[in-house]
Amino acid sequence: MNFPSELQYSKSHEWVRRQGDTAEIGLTDYAQNELGGIVFVNLPQVGDEVTMGEALGDVESVKSVSDVYSPVSGVVSEVNEALLDTPEAINQDPYGAWLVRVEQVTGSEELLSAQEYEEHIRTEQ
Amino acid sequence: MKLLMEKSCEGRSLSLLGPCDVPLVQPSRTREQPPRLPQLSETELSRHYSALARRAHGVNDGFYPLGSCTMKYNPAVNEEAAALRGFTAVHPLQPLHTAAGCLEVLAETEERLCAVTGMDAFTFQPAAGAHGEFTGLLLLKAYHTHRGEGAVRNKILVPDSAHGTNPASAAMAGYQVVNLPSGPDGCVDLEALRRAVGPDTAGLMLTNPNTVGLFDKNILEITRIVHEAGGLCYYDGANLNAVMGVARPGDMGFDVVHLNLHKTFSTPHGGGGPGSGPVGCKAFLEAYLPAPRFEKKDGEWREKPCPETIGRVRGFQGNFLVVVRALTYLLMLGREGVPEAARNAVLNANYMKAGLEDLYPMAYPGLCMHEFVMSLEKLKEETGVTALDVAKALLDEGIHPPTMYFPLIVHEALMVEPTETEPKETLDEAVEALRAIYQKAKEDPAYLKACPHHAQIGRPDEVNAARHPVLRYRPEGEQG
Repeated sequence: MNFPSELQYSKSHEWVRRQGDTAEIGLTDYAQNELGGIVFVNLPQVGDEVTMGEALGDVESVKSVSDVYSPVSGVVSEVNEALLDTPEAINQDPYGAWLVRVEQVTGSEELLSAQEYEEHIRTEQ
Repeated sequence: MKLLMEKSCEGRSLSLLGPCDVPLVQPSRTREQPPRLPQLSETELSRHYSALARRAHGVNDGFYPLGSCTMKYNPAVNEEAAALRGFTAVHPLQPLHTAAGCLEVLAETEERLCAVTGMDAFTFQPAAGAHGEFTGLLLLKAYHTHRGEGAVRNKILVPDSAHGTNPASAAMAGYQVVNLPSGPDGCVDLEALRRAVGPDTAGLMLTNPNTVGLFDKNILEITRIVHEAGGLCYYDGANLNAVMGVARPGDMGFDVVHLNLHKTFSTPHGGGGPGSGPVGCKAFLEAYLPAPRFEKKDGEWREKPCPETIGRVRGFQGNFLVVVRALTYLLMLGREGVPEAARNAVLNANYMKAGLEDLYPMAYPGLCMHEFVMSLEKLKEETGVTALDVAKALLDEGIHPPTMYFPLIVHEALMVEPTETEPKETLDEAVEALRAIYQKAKEDPAYLKACPHHAQIGRPDEVNAARHPVLRYRPEGEQG
């Protein structure tokens, strides 16, 4: 399983790509593998406020529906609308298929490095 | 297998209709093209449906331990009763005094369901379980609204082991859903519940026994905590089969219940429906039940005034013939038979569980109620064989797989509900089949990964079906 070292990770299996005061958020390789084939994505709208630790949307696979938790607080500046038609992109390229971009980031939960996240997955099982 | 439309052959037909004996009316607008209907002979049509039936698996074909669905056998006598001409030839708009027999059926069934659940009144309008949940929540909402707290009490508490329909129904009824984490024993975490309730609590939705097959022994404390916070308690009757006639939701402190007649009271479901999800409530909520309601005064049926009703939730009195079947079932079992059925459902589940637990780890130890949940996480770790693979392997044994990957709080879950209508021999065969599958998984995981080897349909592409559903027939060349 692949966990790029330039990204940060949440314990609830989202990745974060920080650039200045914006953050790009997606689902980790581990998350997409556990969910199986993703068939539907429900995303917030541009301008919505997101709060760290609270759901920003949900993803649906054949097995289940799962909330996606926001690792940061801020305002949604961009939504990856292509995922609405091709949710399978999350399975194919989890680190390319970002869900939302958040700006005016005011807070972030304590995020893990790639190495720490791998360790977290091992102990969670 | 070809569809009827694909089998169609120009000019072939069935002569089911006699010559028309009423004057033909020219409609004001006629369609420009004749409707595209399949043209087939009666032989072809009959064979088509027989072939479809052979490809399906029903309780009449074999064991069907689909957890939380209570796939019990539906006695044929139910069908006899539902086919009586007095029930089938009645029209919902005919005058009340000419439909007294049907109203008697509804009243008698209501009385018996009240006796089983400890409620004071029932409506038969809801068409199925989730519709019942929605109706029940509207009763809660009407109650709070009439007390001037409708806007403040806007949260419904739902445990994380609940059926997915619970949070969905609450959202449909305009409520915010608060997820309650289960304790390590699979039951409601009392401390988490105490923290969650407050002046904004409209109510709690609970299934008891819950979806992991356990009776929540703190139930009186749970309903007390919710009531003291000013909320009401909603009983999801999905698992009533384990306790019917033995323990009553009304005595546990619940204010509203829905029942699934198509599960607990032996009416067809799973493709054979329609369902029926009657909702019962305590007397203080009766005024809000869906209208119209009827009462018998001086031997005459008439409509009851219902000024505070939430209104209709469905046409007429719901799926009436399903109620006839449920009443037949209740009358056939009687006062002693109803609790006996529940006890045997619990006995059968525990018998199967005891035959499997040395190989298949149970998610929760100890005695279960009408169903049990196994976790195949260890098997998956050791062999790569998943709950899905075991389910597929059961198809080769002529057994309908248990519910998979539910409840969500158990990983690699298989949820088994044998029901009371299975004899010991069937349970023994199923236990042997599951034990043999386990051995096979250890020796030859690749074989399990390729299961089923003999079923008509193997592993359909579920992901593709969900992403690109084909919902209706399209002739070749026609664009979507």
